[in-house]
Amino acid sequence: MITVFGIFLLSLLVITALAIVQTRNLFVAVMLAAIFSLLMAANFFILDAADVALTEAAVGAGVTTVILLSALALTAEREKRSGSIRWISVAVVAVTVLILIYATFDKPALGDPDAPVHQHVAPWYLEKTPVFMDIPNVVTAVLASFRGYDTLGEVFVVFVAMVGVLFVLGGDGGRSGPITTPDPGLRHHLIPKVVGRLLLPFIILFGLYVQFHGEYGPGGGFQAGAIIATGLILHALLEGEQAALRSVPAGAMQALVVAGASLYGGVGVACMLLGGSFLDYSVLHPDPVTGRQIGIIAIELGVGMAVCGALLSIFHAFAAREH
Amino acid sequence: MEILGYFNYWVFAIVLMIGLYAVIARGNLIKKLLGLSIFQSAVFLMYITMDKVEGGTAPIIQPGAVDQLYSNPLPQVLILTAIVVGVSTTALGLAIVVRIREAYGSIEEADILEEDIYDPEDQKEDPIP
Repeated sequence: MITVFGIFLLSLLVITALAIVQTRNLFVAVMLAAIFSLLMAANFFILDAADVALTEAAVGAGVTTVILLSALALTAEREKRSGSIRWISVAVVAVTVLILIYATFDKPALGDPDAPVHQHVAPWYLEKTPVFMDIPNVVTAVLASFRGYDTLGEVFVVFVAMVGVLFVLGGDGGRSGPITTPDPGLRHHLIPKVVGRLLLPFIILFGLYVQFHGEYGPGGGFQAGAIIATGLILHALLEGEQAALRSVPAGAMQALVVAGASLYGGVGVACMLLGGSFLDYSVLHPDPVTGRQIGIIAIELGVGMAVCGALLSIFHAFAAREH
Repeated sequence: MEILGYFNYWVFAIVLMIGLYAVIARGNLIKKLLGLSIFQSAVFLMYITMDKVEGGTAPIIQPGAVDQLYSNPLPQVLILTAIVVGVSTTALGLAIVVRIREAYGSIEEADILEEDIYDPEDQKEDPIP
């Protein structure tokens, strides 16, 4: 039954991808991209990746769509007709598909427990997580502790991307130049206003739950940051850009990113000062297991703050450009 | 059912190449970025397909469960962070597209190339305001 459902979802995925490339209307393409992300999230869930499904649903279907739409508002909604289909490209793509499909027959089949990927470090992670950290979610344990260096790098990449967007779009929060027309947002539309205001506290609450329950269930800093950012973006869409910047100023968002990234790095340095190596949390507490738990909770908080602040700053950089 | 074990990988190959086609054959810059995200999502699908273990469940250890199989947590961690990095880099690309639109008045590759062809008549004009 699950197999049939998976094949159905994957077929829809291919159709959606074709439709995204085919349509000339960019607004339609962006909406289809949101559906594509949601289908992808459902597929991830079927393949046992609950954490990844949560991330894809919050980021792909939520934040990416809003950022793409704000970029469309600044550029063009329709794609120009660019003549005929480029047959050389079609040929290159078709040949590559055939080669790739031929290559897949050398791969282990879906779900094969003897596949090489399951033989190396993964069993060790599954076996040692209860011993070293005593937390149920192995994904969080690997993300925050075993492979903490990788995650630190990813947080800095998000930080650098935000700095890049702010440089390119001059993210001064719309302060340059007089604001002539106050942006009313969607306040005049009754249904979005009522439903949005009703949903907002629950979105933020769910984000906090995902943040602080990430050690026990699917979730963690990346998902929570994206969910809370989605909630605040909804607030900005409903109340208008200026009202949103009054409640969460641009400086506060950027400070949140810096604070989050510094918290992550700071925990690493604190471990060094206490006599361990960088990001070795076991020295944070006399009991090494408790120390690792403290370290994981602290750096997940740092990740959540950094991701939330970065996504909000990026959104507002686009939104402020419209005025 | 043996052959269906490869279905996910076939979808990966097809979706990957649909994304690549949008990048190389479409002239619209936003369409190119959408193609790049599709390409990226296809890679995510391949990694997550590899993590599945037959009869396994999500790698969240249940207390008291004996002999429970869990899927591989490592590809999940790699892709989880990659998704968030992906949206940040897409946003950076979109920011550059917005500036291109402001400088050239178009986001079509053909128009931008036409604008860039050297013309001695308007060499004094700075293309970027």
